[in-house]
Amino acid sequence: MKITPGEYFLQGNEACVQGSLASGVKFFAGYPITPSTEIAEGLAHELKGADGVFLQMEDEIACISAVIGASWGGVKSMTATSGPGFSLMQEAIGYAAMSETPIMIVNVMRGGPSTGQPTRASQGDVMQTRYGSHGDYQVIAFAPASVQEMFDLTVEAFNYSEKYRVPAFLLSDAEVGHMRGLLSIPDRLKIIDRKEKGIKRPDEAYDVPDDLVRPFPVFGKGHKTMITGMTHTDSSRIEPEDSKIHQDLVKRLSEKILRNRKDINKWELMCPGSKTMVISYGSASLGAKEVAAGDDRIGLLRLKSLWPFPEEPVAEVARECDRILVSEMNLGMMYWEIKRVALENGCKKIELLSKIGGDPPTPSEFRHKLREMGAI
Amino acid sequence: MEIFDFYRKDRWPHVFCPGCGNGTVMNCFYRAFNDLNLPLDRTAFVGGIGCSSRIPLYINSDALHTTHGRAIAFATGLKLAKPELKIVVFTGDGDLGAIGGNHFINGCRRNVDMTVICINNNIYGMTGGQASITTPHDYQSTTTPYGNKEYPFDLAEIAVTAGANYVARWTTRHVHELTRSMKMALQKKGFTFVEVVSQCPINFGRRNKMADPVQMLDWFKESSVRRDKTRTAAVDHVDLNLEGKITVGEFVDRNRECYEDLIGVEKHG
Repeated sequence: MKITPGEYFLQGNEACVQGSLASGVKFFAGYPITPSTEIAEGLAHELKGADGVFLQMEDEIACISAVIGASWGGVKSMTATSGPGFSLMQEAIGYAAMSETPIMIVNVMRGGPSTGQPTRASQGDVMQTRYGSHGDYQVIAFAPASVQEMFDLTVEAFNYSEKYRVPAFLLSDAEVGHMRGLLSIPDRLKIIDRKEKGIKRPDEAYDVPDDLVRPFPVFGKGHKTMITGMTHTDSSRIEPEDSKIHQDLVKRLSEKILRNRKDINKWELMCPGSKTMVISYGSASLGAKEVAAGDDRIGLLRLKSLWPFPEEPVAEVARECDRILVSEMNLGMMYWEIKRVALENGCKKIELLSKIGGDPPTPSEFRHKLREMGAI
Repeated sequence: MEIFDFYRKDRWPHVFCPGCGNGTVMNCFYRAFNDLNLPLDRTAFVGGIGCSSRIPLYINSDALHTTHGRAIAFATGLKLAKPELKIVVFTGDGDLGAIGGNHFINGCRRNVDMTVICINNNIYGMTGGQASITTPHDYQSTTTPYGNKEYPFDLAEIAVTAGANYVARWTTRHVHELTRSMKMALQKKGFTFVEVVSQCPINFGRRNKMADPVQMLDWFKESSVRRDKTRTAAVDHVDLNLEGKITVGEFVDRNRECYEDLIGVEKHG
């Protein structure tokens, strides 16, 4: 049941279900995979009552294909998966980027490569989210660190995918997906719907700040819409041999996201101005939060969005601190992006606390590493 | 509706080679669609990747040109999100039976209302003539220079076994029968499947002593046998091979309840 505003004690994946319903999701296609399955199960139960369709398909490729098809039918559509399923979806994610289809994809990350650790948390898919499909494109990705954020950032992912006509991701992990905690659902939520072609909205707040995002020509309205993954002109004429058309199209697809980075990026800053800053995201940031809360020598920049890369907050932190500790549950992925921006902004000491195997780094592991760095 | 209003003249010239069977199929489809007076603006056309999958882009309506093999999956989402749309999928043997085989059999099983037209030219034409899952045994292709040692899929029989509501197979030589079956498929609710064995003189015929499209059409005529409806599928199985026959006709016509009715999606619209 879609729950009403109020306070609840829920599992992270259940909060994602509620966030999806609150966003107005009308189509879900999924394939069972640990540790994301509760999202499919929840929506299988809820979507019928919400005038939506739940579909369990033959594989994850079919799921994301159906989700894209449903989006062209004009409804908010999503899927939820984990590593192996996410790998299977990559080609269609590129198709969604090229065809500018708004879709929402939840990846409850688990340990990889391959079948890896189905029940354990990881942050090993952050680069795959950005670069997984072939060719140049940009996406939007959020990284929740609590049950509340599984709700809030699900809503944000839907909003930004609709606003910029782009695949948007909720990059959760087995820890956040399966943790239980408090969820507060506010009375009013900001919900953004795609700007549909041929419909003048009284509320111009839906409009994006520039003309890089075209109005969405939904199927069945007489637009004679032509959608293709091939290089095409604005009128959808296929022109795979024309270098200028290809350049214009692919650059616009990237620019519409990069130019609006400030609108998209979300982060949390604790103890700004500290000489030592931890930069982390998702469940890897939980231990650091505890350390920063009890030690004013340590600050924390927790990234709530990962793509487009939030250069501005990282640059600002790097300009003001002496050293940065990046923490993530992989062998170093966002670390290199953060290091690039930090070096450009005068911070010379950037270290990595990397932990894989399923357990997020503990507060004592953070303190141990910070002691090694001479920070405490 | 005139044929030039049905197809997008502004997208021509098309990509099809001289002698290709796609034109015949497009002509038959136009006639079937037009005779039924179906509303073009309420019909969406979906294709995957390949020569036949380009057809949706030439039709003057909404078109979704998707990834290789996934047209039925895309169409399933589109139909369930917008059930008032009529969905027609154009696909080929490689797109449907090889890379998209899983979606094909599960599409037949799920029985979502859509018409799938598979133009089976027994070869990967767009990429230059590689063997496909329907290339007859011992025939030549660029990837079977010693003859194709595999045996072909029977797409129509797969559709019957997997649960499609209507299944027919004709060749581009059977234009009247093909048009009639397309009409049947378009009128029927549920997953309907029409396979058209078609000529690719450039990439199939040329390597198999049938460089002239007329030779290929003659081959279709000589080797086609009508399906005997009194025999079971297993007994009736005839594969396409050097001496073999092409079984043509209506394979099944039944009324399994379609998926969107079973889940009550049309109530939600």
